[in-house]
Amino acid sequence: MKLALMLAASLAMVAVPALAQDGPIETRQKMMKSVGGATKAGGDMLKGAAPFDADKAAGVFKTMNDVASKYANYFPAGSDSATSEAAPAIWAKPAEFKAAVAKFEKDSAAAMAAKPATLAAFGQQFGMVTANCKSCHEAFRAKK
Amino acid sequence: MLRAALIAVALGGAAFWALTSPTRLNPSQIAAENSGDQARGARLFWAGGCASCHAASDARGPDRLKLGGGAPLKTKFGTFQAPNISPNASDGIGGWSLVDFANAMQKGVSPDGRHYYPAFPYSAYQRMTAPDIADLYAYLRTLPPVAGRAPANDIAFPYSLRRGIGLWKRAFMANAGTIVAVPESARAGQYLVEGLGHCGECHTPRTLGGLGGLGRLDTANWLAGAPSAEGEGKVPGIAPAHLDWSAADIAGYLKTGFTPDYDSVGGSMASVQRNMAELPDEDLAAIAAYLKAVPE
Repeated sequence: MKLALMLAASLAMVAVPALAQDGPIETRQKMMKSVGGATKAGGDMLKGAAPFDADKAAGVFKTMNDVASKYANYFPAGSDSATSEAAPAIWAKPAEFKAAVAKFEKDSAAAMAAKPATLAAFGQQFGMVTANCKSCHEAFRAKK
Repeated sequence: MLRAALIAVALGGAAFWALTSPTRLNPSQIAAENSGDQARGARLFWAGGCASCHAASDARGPDRLKLGGGAPLKTKFGTFQAPNISPNASDGIGGWSLVDFANAMQKGVSPDGRHYYPAFPYSAYQRMTAPDIADLYAYLRTLPPVAGRAPANDIAFPYSLRRGIGLWKRAFMANAGTIVAVPESARAGQYLVEGLGHCGECHTPRTLGGLGGLGRLDTANWLAGAPSAEGEGKVPGIAPAHLDWSAADIAGYLKTGFTPDYDSVGGSMASVQRNMAELPDEDLAAIAAYLKAVPE
């Protein structure tokens, strides 16, 4: 137990500075990974791979909304790299990019406010929010 | 001496002219006029991806049936503009016969005898059956006519010489048969992927990479992934050596746009996936079965 605590404490110490050192590319990639995790959690419930849980469902939209509220701040000019899948359109059409992220923020907030209590209601909100994934990736992501 | 040179130039010119002449389908390779079935044609329309180039890129829902020409396709060779293929009589293909349509789709030749650029995937569509061409033709005639012509292509020299496409066709368009050997259970998907769906046009590299991939599809690397023709990033491989998804994962992705780990479709594939989502599950399962059966 003590060992586990020490381990957890040392991990936390490692994790915090690592996060602080992240550049915009790493930060936004981690943010998008957390959205991916939330989408998987929601998708698993809808597929029947996990039981429906209203709290977990709310958490899905909360994670997405947290990311959406900050995401557009992590694309300073020139923040491209060999691993970044950010498409040049992000910088060529900044207003459209910001509008796409703002729509994701608004839709995820609406899903949170709807507080879906059944799997069917959750599925409806989930479909509405995750349509943003496709539309944004269509215009603003280039696979490498 | 001058005379000999003139004769050589004349002969060279005549040879070029002969070698680059458009060839058309034999009438026996075309179904009877008015034999097409519109309802079946709708399914072929989505499988063939017509809307992705010929409808406006921001069109959704029923607007994807307005085929007045779409977003420009920017490549190393220049910018291609998909034309109006709505049934408008003067700006679209409303005045075309089935013979005109079949020759465009399968030989890349316009009714007035010009070559189309192979950005229009006729080298894949040549694998379609004659009845399918007739069905698709019948369906297209039911769509809303759209007025207006797409802007002209903006192609760099020497590719701007349309006549030269005749040489490209001679060199690179010979294979109208199947591309890889697959078991009987994968044949329906083979027809969709190798023919109508023209998946290899983006997911397979081309030969003559030094010339920007000017050649034919490199079938030794069939569906192995390729640089994007639009110049941003790459198109992933979808043969079994490059994609470990199950058949159900593949069919699910085409239907929903989500990968097994819930990443979403993006880039040009987003439009393709919108087409695929219109197909019956049976077609998606057939495509998946074929992709799983592509030999290493």
